[in-house]
Amino acid sequence: MSKVKELPGEAIVAATQAPSIGNSFRAYVQRVRGGDMGSLPAVLGLVVLCAVFAIARPSFVTAINFANLFTQGAAITLIAMGLVFVLLLGEIDLSAGYASGVCAAVLAVTLASLGLPWYVCALAAILTGVVIGVVLGALVAKVGIPSFVVTLAAFLAFQGLVLVLVKEGTNISVRDPVIVAIANKNLEPWLGWALYAVCVGVFAAIQLVRATRRAKRGLTADPLSLIAFRVGTLAVLAGVAVFVLNLERSRNPALVSLTGVPIVVPVILVLLVVWTVILRRTSFGRHLYAVGGNTEAARRAGIPVDRLKISAFVICSAMAAVGGIVAASRASSVDPNTGGSSVLLYAVGAAVIGGTSLFGGKGRVLDAVLGGAVVAVIENGMGLMGYGASVKYLVTGCVLLLAAGVDALARRRAAAAGLR
Amino acid sequence: MTPLLEVRGIDKSFGPVKVLHNVEFSAYAGEVTALVGDNGAGKSTLVKCIGGIYPIDGGEIFFDGKPVQIHTPRDAGELGIEIVYQDLALCDNLDIVQNMFLGRERKSGLLLDEDSMEELAEKTLSSLSVRTVKSIRQQVSSLSGGQRQTVAIAKAVLWNSKVVILDEPTAALGVAQTAQVLELVRRLADTGLAVVLISHNMNDVFAVSDRIAALYLGRMAAQVKTSDLTHAQVVELITAGRSGELGLKNGVTP
Ligand SMILES: Nc1ncnc2c1ncn2[C@@H]1O[C@H](COP(=O)(O)OP(=O)(O)O)[C@@H](O)[C@H]1O
Ligand SMILES: [Mg+2]
Repeated sequence: MSKVKELPGEAIVAATQAPSIGNSFRAYVQRVRGGDMGSLPAVLGLVVLCAVFAIARPSFVTAINFANLFTQGAAITLIAMGLVFVLLLGEIDLSAGYASGVCAAVLAVTLASLGLPWYVCALAAILTGVVIGVVLGALVAKVGIPSFVVTLAAFLAFQGLVLVLVKEGTNISVRDPVIVAIANKNLEPWLGWALYAVCVGVFAAIQLVRATRRAKRGLTADPLSLIAFRVGTLAVLAGVAVFVLNLERSRNPALVSLTGVPIVVPVILVLLVVWTVILRRTSFGRHLYAVGGNTEAARRAGIPVDRLKISAFVICSAMAAVGGIVAASRASSVDPNTGGSSVLLYAVGAAVIGGTSLFGGKGRVLDAVLGGAVVAVIENGMGLMGYGASVKYLVTGCVLLLAAGVDALARRRAAAAGLR
Repeated sequence: MTPLLEVRGIDKSFGPVKVLHNVEFSAYAGEVTALVGDNGAGKSTLVKCIGGIYPIDGGEIFFDGKPVQIHTPRDAGELGIEIVYQDLALCDNLDIVQNMFLGRERKSGLLLDEDSMEELAEKTLSSLSVRTVKSIRQQVSSLSGGQRQTVAIAKAVLWNSKVVILDEPTAALGVAQTAQVLELVRRLADTGLAVVLISHNMNDVFAVSDRIAALYLGRMAAQVKTSDLTHAQVVELITAGRSGELGLKNGVTP
């Protein structure tokens, strides 16, 4: 057996860096410099926007407005969460907005004219989403039509389908108390705190268990200080949010009390956790990233690319259905415009602003939530400033373009850094 | 000695273009077999046929003396044939561990078993005496060409593979990196693997190979022990398909 030579040309060794807060922070700065900004633009944007609106309109920082942000942004965020799966593959779904409209219409029609229980109707709406996803996915993966064209066609067709379902323009009201509660009612204050405790506790437990398990195997584990920092940040931010949401925000508390965490918050949280686990901790999720990063490599690794593509479209349309249900709940009705106008672009914008790449291979479900928050803040703040739809559209359009620009530039930077 | 991997009479066409004509090729355990040939001779195509990427039009593949069918990359993997493709089949957006286990992830229950994958990847890299990269949790996009090649090779040997085929692994590398990869190639053969090295570079070929197989316009011109050949003869085989007594007669296999 020949001996290993010392090769000066390529020093690939570097002492494994001791994990510490300082090193983690430095590694993060390096990543950002290398073009991998993750959610940094979204977080910074959120801070700046909130500061500007808070100064311009003090009513922006009231408890009632804070609660409004969640119900305002929920539907878009849910649709964006599904879009992340399609964007990860480097595909696009332009029909997600109207798909949510179709599913909402299915919900409203089955509730109103068939009088079925709410869960049957909600299930019917989600199943509609699944069917839509299978059809779109099959057209893209099996027939080979570019997703841009397939979903643009669906965008038009679904617009027609909504009209058919709501009988050419009538407004179907949604009166089922459970469905209406989703976007209009709140958790009891104690339940909000219980939710808070569970979230922070589980987060801390997972981090600690993982670190100890890795340390036991002699793998690099996050140091306790870093875990404490993460858990602390979550505890403080979420604690403030729950506290504010539990304040009385009724204009006339003697008549009707209005407190608590909006019900959409746990809905979004549960879906965020479920989809994040699927994306990060299952081979299905791993393969989605692989196909988005290098389809040919994935194919050579024996990954069923077509099936994966179809599943991504199914998840996207099913999440659009969930978004549609929340939208129907918020408006307590469904009309031809549900899921229309700017919904799709806001949702794509939310995912991209949050840090999901339009080029595929990069993105997280959390991006949709962060980006959804940015979109909700813009919409809400501009409304408070008294700007009409025109300015809102202009500003959101610019923000979307800015996010896509950051994405494209980051990619170029990463390519430059990768070549060396 | 029976070859570990042997193909006989392989034909392959892309539409009207016949790329491989009745190709014979063998690789032996513990040896480095160099597969040489001009650009477009059909080396990569032959390898992709063996790897289950392209279906073959005719011919047979034998593994350890037994005829086998290879229809998908999985089939090849299950036999113990691993290929490091010329166009590196790595995902830039995944880290080293994720790439090494791509398509064959270890799981505990429904979830991925990241820790055991990381451990095994680490072990494999150090068993190759590859002095590790900064972190095996580094994204592949941040690696240099030589490091990527190392990851691709490590990925190939991770699976108790018996045959490792490397398609021009040094084509894009500098001098030092090339030396390192060749070192690795030799070491793989010394541990008992059958290694097939595709290369353009005569120095590389003579430095590490035990046998040389020369492909000329889709036909196998000759398969000879490296020690029985000179540089000049190999160059002739590559460029003209024949060299003295060796090679094709009138453009067909003797
Ligand atoms: N997928 C393909 N479709 C059509 N022709 C191909 C394909 N792959 C390779 N070829 C052709 O087959 C011939 C051999 O190519 P290749 O095997 O890549 O050569 P080498 O690797 O020896 O340089 C070339 O003429 C090339 O143009
Ligand atoms: Mg080639």
